[in-house]
Amino acid sequence: MRLRTRSFRASRTTAVVAGAVSTALLTLTGCGAADMTKQASPFANAQGAKTVTLSVQSWVGAQANVAVAQYLLEKKLDYRVDTVQIDEVPAWDALSQGRVDALLEDWGHPEEEQRYVKDKKTIVPGGDLGVTGHIGWFVPTYFAKQHPDVTDWKNLNKYADRMRTAESGGKGQLMDGSPSYVTNDKALVKNLDLDYQVVFAGSEAAQITQIKQFAKEKKPFLTYWYSPQWLFKKVPMTEVKLPAYKEGCDADPEKVACAYPHTPLQKYLNSDFSKNGGEAAALLKKFKWTTEDQNEVSLMIADQKMSPEEAAKKWVDSHESTWKAWLS
Amino acid sequence: MATITAAAPRATAPGVLERPVVRKLLLLALVAAILVPLANARWASGTWPSALTVDFSEQLTKASVWIIDNRDSHPLFVYFFGHLSNAVVICVRAVYLVLLAAGWAGVTAAASLIAWRVAGWRLAAGTGAAFLACGFLGMWIPTMQTLALMVVAVLASVVVGMLLGLAAGLSDRMDRALRPVLDTMQVLPAYAYLLPVVLVFGMGVPAAVLATVVYAAPPMARLTALGLRGADKEVLEAVESLGTTARQRLLTARIPLARKELLLGLNQTIMMALSMAVIASVIGAGGLGDRVYQALASVDVGAALAAGIPIVLLAVVLDRVTCAAGESLGDEPQPNGRARWLYALIAAVAIAVAGRLLGRLDWPDAWALNVAEPVNRAVDWMTDHLYSGVPVIGGTADWAAHFTTGILNPLRDGLQWLPWWSVLLIVATLAWLIGTWRTALTAVLAMAAIGVLGVWGPSLDTLSQVLAAVAVTLVLGFATGIAAARSDRFERLLRPVLDVFQTMPQFVYLIPVVALFGVGRAPAVAAAVVYALPAVVRITTQGLRQVDPAALESARSLGATTAQQLRQVQLPLARPALLLAVNQGVVLVLAVVIIGGLVGGGALGYEVVAGLAQGDLATGLVAGAAIVCLGLMLDRVTQPTERRAKKGA
Repeated sequence: MRLRTRSFRASRTTAVVAGAVSTALLTLTGCGAADMTKQASPFANAQGAKTVTLSVQSWVGAQANVAVAQYLLEKKLDYRVDTVQIDEVPAWDALSQGRVDALLEDWGHPEEEQRYVKDKKTIVPGGDLGVTGHIGWFVPTYFAKQHPDVTDWKNLNKYADRMRTAESGGKGQLMDGSPSYVTNDKALVKNLDLDYQVVFAGSEAAQITQIKQFAKEKKPFLTYWYSPQWLFKKVPMTEVKLPAYKEGCDADPEKVACAYPHTPLQKYLNSDFSKNGGEAAALLKKFKWTTEDQNEVSLMIADQKMSPEEAAKKWVDSHESTWKAWLS
Repeated sequence: MATITAAAPRATAPGVLERPVVRKLLLLALVAAILVPLANARWASGTWPSALTVDFSEQLTKASVWIIDNRDSHPLFVYFFGHLSNAVVICVRAVYLVLLAAGWAGVTAAASLIAWRVAGWRLAAGTGAAFLACGFLGMWIPTMQTLALMVVAVLASVVVGMLLGLAAGLSDRMDRALRPVLDTMQVLPAYAYLLPVVLVFGMGVPAAVLATVVYAAPPMARLTALGLRGADKEVLEAVESLGTTARQRLLTARIPLARKELLLGLNQTIMMALSMAVIASVIGAGGLGDRVYQALASVDVGAALAAGIPIVLLAVVLDRVTCAAGESLGDEPQPNGRARWLYALIAAVAIAVAGRLLGRLDWPDAWALNVAEPVNRAVDWMTDHLYSGVPVIGGTADWAAHFTTGILNPLRDGLQWLPWWSVLLIVATLAWLIGTWRTALTAVLAMAAIGVLGVWGPSLDTLSQVLAAVAVTLVLGFATGIAAARSDRFERLLRPVLDVFQTMPQFVYLIPVVALFGVGRAPAVAAAVVYALPAVVRITTQGLRQVDPAALESARSLGATTAQQLRQVQLPLARPALLLAVNQGVVLVLAVVIIGGLVGGGALGYEVVAGLAQGDLATGLVAGAAIVCLGLMLDRVTQPTERRAKKGA
């Protein structure tokens, strides 16, 4: 009997505490509706500084964009910049909620574009980045020089046993990278009837590390890779020709049997930030540079292991004419 | 597998337990003889029959689209989740602003002074040094961001944990109802629920804090309940005889009596929350974890380490200080203790104000140490010289290839070749021999659930990696543990190394393992071994050291050699500890499966990562659920008969 009353009281206490917590929560945030579309990071605008939050994707090119934008925003316009690393698809989501203000390099996400830009209007396009991206299959140039016919997909099967690794189970290995990257490789291997196994490195870092190790030993390999990319300067690679890309040939993910398109990379801004972001938003909209510019900065970050800030400073110091136009 | 079968009770007491074991086996054989032909006739295939799977992907995709479409307008979000999310943002921001306002001098002084009052001057010096080190590494701002996040997450976890613990401690029915809930919260890999949390709250801090609470609250709840239940009966009766109400008894007697457990719970909660701080970086939590993660993108081990060290330092400092607080609880209160707290407070405020007035609020840029470069050089040297072509022993890449083709491939192929019903049968047998029919049933149902979810193949692939990693961990862990139990000096040397391995974020060693072992399952296994090894070594050492000295003495007097003592006295007597080590090894290895997905481990880990990266709830959640089921099954199969009082402690 006593036990029952006690547990009853305990649960009442619990209820009282829970009620108190939720009341406190409500008074703390105001009782009205909470706007889920305007939720800046708690670290933004600390100490009254004007801040911009930029999303960084996991590849170094994206880091280079952000490094230079950050440097200019901080040194020339007196902003504080927060950076957050997010994968591409979640970055769109964060952008729509205002957790990040801008996404500087997008490789094409039609579904998200439809949802957020056209339907919800929480994101607005920020224009071209000036860089054209291209995904493809690559072999190291030292191998392509010895065996020039490897650069046509029709001859890939001939070299399958040279590309074999412990992971590829008796077939040749086609190395893919991060799961966040756009890829049709599994379908391509199947539809082009290739004697290859797609092995996912799981992250770009793992993939780069492995490519460097292969190159050090001058071993042949076949990998999913993309340009612009700084690694080409360290490990020269030659693209393997796949059946030519035609508009819409990659519409059905199961039946793809053609190469990847060339994509002019895009910038996107949170629509609120685009309207009220002042000088920062203006700068990010005008930000436009070339593939060479991006590679220069990327190489400094990834290969010479400079901090992104140092790399950006070096580039900014030597390319005044380019960025002056973004500030005007 | 060998270690698991060795755990069968037969080895200890043949005469007594022989019969139940045979009975269990006979019964299983009978059940199998009836069911297997039926199953085989109906669904004759090696892998899990497709007729028995349920495809949840359509519903899950629909659910996630619904959430995204309604998140900005539906009352559930606007009036509930939105406020929750805002409250988290406001709290984290408030703490962060206080930390920034105190400046680096103020924060360091306050932390040291708190450590001094709670744990003495030695830990105070250590705390101060640790905070300064964070500054010298150029990580002051990220450290403060992580700290702000941690303070809020730990407070929330403690509140939630204590409420659950109060309920479980005061009512037996609540206790029974909550136990499976807490179990699930702990077995669930954090990665698996990041995605749903992100869908509801969006990327960033609120999602990170809430995911942390799910992960870090259970130890607090368990230990609160334990403390309340363990309160001294006589004291309680004495208090009751004074005519107190139930609430008075709770507040004046039971909770104060449970202080030790509460503090231990706090300690565990802090540790778990800190380990989550890094995982939460993949959903945009910012802070130190994010720096580690960003460094990974440019394959920069040095920079990752520079951001990882502050995490290790924070963990060690918080662990030592809360432990010391727990130990000093029973002591007599010091004279004028309050006055000293006041002095400490005044000193901290004075230093903070002085820092402000001197304009030294931000960490000076000039005071920075560059650890990244030497570390990168060391990693480069290692991979240049060890990767391949080492005379006689061969390079690490060759070992990895041999390990993959010689152990991982046969193991995976073997498991995938086994007919599905035989896998269930093996699981049932192992679980029943070690535990009760309940554990066997749970294990079989968990395994069957994997089949129903439609990820039978990848799950067995993951299982093969887990088994291989556990085997390696146990061999290395037992050997090191035995050595540490025999030599005090070795143990002292080992302790900081184990501390570092246990608290260093796993992202930091992703690049080194790939650089050494190439892309694939071998580096995934290596990463898992590094993570699980410290716990196995610690439990083994402790178990061996606690063996009754009298038994050892008598063996020695009989003229047993050291090896004989070890084999015939220490190891058998430490059996419960060794079994616990096996169990913890399995659980911890499984916790790193997802990290393995980032270096080419494939299977379930990759699918969870892919689900999160692509915002694909169906892929990620199904693979996450399969990992939970695998964890449940492995836990039951390796669980010694009596359940441990507390997990994660």
